[in-house]
Amino acid sequence: MTAMPAPPPARKQSALLATLNRNRLSWVGIGMLAVIFAVAIFAPLLSPHDPLQQNILHRLEPPSAEFWLGTDSYGRDVLSRLFHGARISLTIGFLAVLVAMIVGSTLGVLAGYIGGIFDQVVMGIVDVMLSFPTLLLGLMVAAMLGASLENLIIAIAITETAPFVRVARAPTIAMKRQDFVEAGRALGFSPGRIMGVHILPNILSDIVVVASLWMASAIRTEASLSFIGLGVSPPTPTWGGMIREGFENILSAWWLVVFPSLAILLTVLALNILGDALRDAIDPKLRGEE
Amino acid sequence: MNGLQVRGLKKHFILGGGFLGGKTSRVRAVENMSFDVPEGASVGLVGESGCGKSTVSRAVLRLVEPDEGTVTFNGTDVRAASPAQMRKLRQKMQFIFQDPYSSLNTRRTIRQTLEEPLKVHRMGSPAERRERVEAILPEVGLPQEALDRYPHEFSGGQRQRIGIARALVLEPELVVADEPVSALDVSVQAQILRLLDDLRQRRTLSFLFVSHDLGVIRHFCDVTCVMYLGHLIEYGPTEEILDDPAHPYTMLLRESSPVPDPTSRIANAKMTGEIPSPANPPTGCPFHTRCPRATPECKEVMPKMKEIAPGRQVACHLY
Repeated sequence: MTAMPAPPPARKQSALLATLNRNRLSWVGIGMLAVIFAVAIFAPLLSPHDPLQQNILHRLEPPSAEFWLGTDSYGRDVLSRLFHGARISLTIGFLAVLVAMIVGSTLGVLAGYIGGIFDQVVMGIVDVMLSFPTLLLGLMVAAMLGASLENLIIAIAITETAPFVRVARAPTIAMKRQDFVEAGRALGFSPGRIMGVHILPNILSDIVVVASLWMASAIRTEASLSFIGLGVSPPTPTWGGMIREGFENILSAWWLVVFPSLAILLTVLALNILGDALRDAIDPKLRGEE
Repeated sequence: MNGLQVRGLKKHFILGGGFLGGKTSRVRAVENMSFDVPEGASVGLVGESGCGKSTVSRAVLRLVEPDEGTVTFNGTDVRAASPAQMRKLRQKMQFIFQDPYSSLNTRRTIRQTLEEPLKVHRMGSPAERRERVEAILPEVGLPQEALDRYPHEFSGGQRQRIGIARALVLEPELVVADEPVSALDVSVQAQILRLLDDLRQRRTLSFLFVSHDLGVIRHFCDVTCVMYLGHLIEYGPTEEILDDPAHPYTMLLRESSPVPDPTSRIANAKMTGEIPSPANPPTGCPFHTRCPRATPECKEVMPKMKEIAPGRQVACHLY
């Protein structure tokens, strides 16, 4: 009785790719990130020297053929430390955002779906957290917990949970009014199934976009905390820690500060470009005809 | 007693207010509705936009929680049912939505959409479930290839068929349909109505059918309830109500709906004024502000439902 429609129109996936293609800059961001991740993963293979190996004979040497980016005040190779520091920065950035994303989106979906008093309490706490500057909150938590890799991840995750609650809550409220959610209730689905199977997949793209932007912020916060000495303890190389150590000799040995700063700058820039491109790709207002 | 009985159903929505207690207003969406949907019957619910008919249809299934009144289905009190009892009841009472676009989750295939209710209610083995899903497609006039496609690949009429299949896959006894054809093209409307008619006969379903289209109601319903501003104002067999309306509002409703033959059009059929806001309803009979035959009494006293003929009730001071 009813004929099947013509071949299906282009799937969502390729629409996303098309938008990414329209914005050439997004591929620059993706390319940069790919290189940074590759460096972090293969740091032991790529590093020309041991990042912890001290060498009194080669203290504070400027960039040369042997030490491409120079050496620090203990004679350690800056390039190798930079490569190994990428592991710490990306690990912290990724895990902190992952924790914040899981906790924040869960709370946001629950607050949006349940509503009422629960929603008001959660959003009240979120507003309080958002009113603290990220760095100040991170500083407080890190100072309370003490400096270690795990505590740094927890501290940064706490500072970044609140934005995810907000980002997950708003589309959940919009989804809740959709008929298919009401259909789920009429069919006797449990609230958990409605939230997990029907609402979450529909709002996941919004959350992922925010995650890429906040990962940049997490890397910045980690560098800032390391810079003021609340980061991973020395001699483990971190970008923020390298800047702090180099700061003492900034006038005589510029390379100690400039190269880790550049690394942070490029990573944050790449993540922001990617986040902006993803946001444009899923925003129907910017997507053009639909 | 089988079938659905609704007694004294009431639902008010509170708007505004908030943490610091701003100004609130109370929208009286449904006031004191009582009606029955006997086993195997189809009952129509008509009225203007905003008269509360959709709220009634949702309150019956507790998709919105009623404030007062009782809803009984097959002898079970629906409002008092525990979550476990409610799950059992939901198997027997299903809902068809108006908008075939927002009523399907765009990220799930038709197979997932149709199989999920069976899974949730733990009906049959995986093989039996697959069989049942495959069997329901031809019943609603969809080809088997539809199963592994996504909703966006279908037209509005086809999507509505999917929505109907989803409602029927649990083999309910009562189907509540909230304007199931009003979002569709006229030619498709006829197809969907014919499909619902077929299914009703084949499966002996009871229907609570919400519509503002008297033609659709006449075609589909044995009994009709006319609503105005949250109140039930007339109740009786569809033919009698539409051919010989008793309440002045029903008369106006009938006269203002299109008639196929232009020569039989009634000359002076017009409704004056807007429907009053349910947040600020008039005193007395809710219809007196627009009623051509209103008396001083109508402004003061809300008329009660009166039986004017066997099976026919009307709430109007004229009777």
